[in-house]
Amino acid sequence: MRDVDENGGPVSAGKPRHKPARIPRTSMPERGAAERARDFDEVTLGYTEEMARAEASRCLQCRNATCIEGCPVNIDIKSFIGGIIDGDYHEAVAILKERNALPAVCGRVCPQEEQCEAACVLAKKGEPVAIGRLERWLGDFDLACELEHRCVPEVGEDTGQRVAVIGSGPAGLACAGELRRFGHAVTIFESLHATGGVLTYGIPEFRLPKHIVQAEVGLLEEMGVEIRCDVVIGATYTIDELMTDEGYDAVFIGNGAGLPMFMGIPGENLNGVYSANEFLTRVNLMRAYEFPTADTPVWRGRKVAVVGGGNVAMDAARTAKRLGAEEVFLVYRRTEDEMPARKEEVHHAREEGIEFKMLCSPAEITGKDGWVTGLVANRMELGEPDESGRRAPVCVMDADFTIDCDTVVMAIGTRANPLLTHTTPDLELSRRGYVVADEDGATSKPGVFAGGDIVTGSATVILAMGAGKRAAHAIDGWLKGAAE
Amino acid sequence: MFPIVHARQLSESVFEMGVEAPAIARKARAGQFLILRIDENGERIPLTFSDWSADEGWIRFIFMRVGKTTHQLSHLGVGDSLADVVGPLGVPTHVEGLGRVAVVGGGVGAAVAYPVARAMLAAGNEVTVILGARNASLLILEDEFRALPLTELIITTDDGSAGRKDLVTAPLKELCETGAIDASMAIGPAIMMKFCAATTKAQGVPCVVSLNPIMVDGTGMCGACRVTVGGETKFGCVDGPDFDGHLVDFEELMSRQRVYVDDERLADAEYHRECSCGM
Repeated sequence: MRDVDENGGPVSAGKPRHKPARIPRTSMPERGAAERARDFDEVTLGYTEEMARAEASRCLQCRNATCIEGCPVNIDIKSFIGGIIDGDYHEAVAILKERNALPAVCGRVCPQEEQCEAACVLAKKGEPVAIGRLERWLGDFDLACELEHRCVPEVGEDTGQRVAVIGSGPAGLACAGELRRFGHAVTIFESLHATGGVLTYGIPEFRLPKHIVQAEVGLLEEMGVEIRCDVVIGATYTIDELMTDEGYDAVFIGNGAGLPMFMGIPGENLNGVYSANEFLTRVNLMRAYEFPTADTPVWRGRKVAVVGGGNVAMDAARTAKRLGAEEVFLVYRRTEDEMPARKEEVHHAREEGIEFKMLCSPAEITGKDGWVTGLVANRMELGEPDESGRRAPVCVMDADFTIDCDTVVMAIGTRANPLLTHTTPDLELSRRGYVVADEDGATSKPGVFAGGDIVTGSATVILAMGAGKRAAHAIDGWLKGAAE
Repeated sequence: MFPIVHARQLSESVFEMGVEAPAIARKARAGQFLILRIDENGERIPLTFSDWSADEGWIRFIFMRVGKTTHQLSHLGVGDSLADVVGPLGVPTHVEGLGRVAVVGGGVGAAVAYPVARAMLAAGNEVTVILGARNASLLILEDEFRALPLTELIITTDDGSAGRKDLVTAPLKELCETGAIDASMAIGPAIMMKFCAATTKAQGVPCVVSLNPIMVDGTGMCGACRVTVGGETKFGCVDGPDFDGHLVDFEELMSRQRVYVDDERLADAEYHRECSCGM
């Protein structure tokens, strides 16, 4: 018997050789659009064990697994899928968590179609292995286990050094988990009353259930990460105070880019105009959809216009629908092809009856008695590509038409919040107020590292996690240097 | 959890509460605010500090019982706890080098006027305080103000049941006209601040106002607290709460404060229905 597989890779003795199944990509069950658009329960339902095994069986187990390169945190995808193939799910989870502490979260919200799945050899034939769905299934498998059977990454021997992590979003969580593995004591400071950052206040329940976020954050606490909510760094403590009075040896800034942008058009301060941040925070973090059981209200418009073309715009539009809006318009100045939102989210939004108004750029919000009555928009056309590589919208008709609506949600992006950086004068900032950091997250201030949206501007969950992890390695190196 | 260490009723509908929060108490400055949440279902509401002690590790605030949250809060006492208290938020009131200042505190605004007047005195200014209320029973902190070395304490009530029967703008106008003040600050209902700003503007006396827009996070993340100041949109939570009263668009502020009036009424009615069922 040969001891290598068909790709020439070694096969362990006694293990049956994996023969990739030539079956179509396994679809993931989801709730019907009519039903799901009326509540906040999760849209997609995840694989069953049978589905997961069927999908895993499609994996070629390539010797040169290109999918791993496609992952921003280089999860050993080939091996965790191998674990599923072998039926050794605990081992598969352990491999996954070697690189990613939040698999149930990332399995749901990562744009796999642009990352690992795009790099899958089978993608050339149009049907890559559904790596994201398998990751989600393993993440959920782990969370469904009793705590003692869950995979809690091993914590390193206590180094006696303490690191403060600012922000409990993806960057901070990834950084904190990694630092614990190195044996450093870690405290996460969160300004809100709940952990998770954008995973909690931004991404809706129907796409990422909050109990999943809380459970994965809970495992970090199992690893000994201390979490302190209700602490605003820049207000309650400054970074300098953390490093002197509070005795932290290093600091990681992962507070995100949380300041909402508006367009600066007339009527933007009318009642009924929200930033996507406010609209989603009211609904997700404060559970306004349960008002009056939950005390925070949200204005439930009948006709809602959401401005933007990213995932946040999709989330806001689909949320408005679930709050009972009769009509929801998505107003975007380019066309669907240029939208930065994930194709899957665009597809789900369309299915749920969101009406797309493409090549429209808002010029004014009209109102009566202080409340929104409509959105006046310019008609656009696509011109030459701009610096983003996408064709730039050019106005072809001023104030061309009005969309009747009683609510407008601005989902046009966020920028850096100056609250923290203003109280840290020796931290070098970019022109736009982002923290300047090198590849490893080191800033201009010794012992202070940064990563995620506060360095790059709005990006994805997994990129922020990758930055948090890289910074954790740099912090570990810096602390070792400082200890010598 | 933040233990309540002090609770006192100041008038029929106004309450003072203190909570243990050493980290916040160490940093609190006059004019700054906190955000609190009573419990898991609670909303986040901003309240300006009325007092604090860095040494003893507590902070205090004063609130009027108007809706569900403040009703619930008024029923809590020493031994109870609040789920969340965050702060200190906002930019502290500018108190240095003002000279002769009039501080106007209308209604519950007196709660904020107190630490502001105290800080202005400590910074070496001469301070006159005008306290206004609808009637004598709604007047708060009179004894505390009397204990400060003020140039003058002027009290006005709408019905004359205490002090002068006047609006706060009458003595404010007199102070401006007689050249008795170099600057002013008004803290109270939006409508009162609007008229204080108008009064002082006509006399060419600067007037800072402490705004109270609706907020959610209080850290600049949501933009619920947008106010127009001098034609520019500002965030009340991080750019304020203090702004140049002569430049504030008060009509917009008052309109925006009414966004959730119907919801607040519903929540309040629900709350009282449940309370009476439980009895």
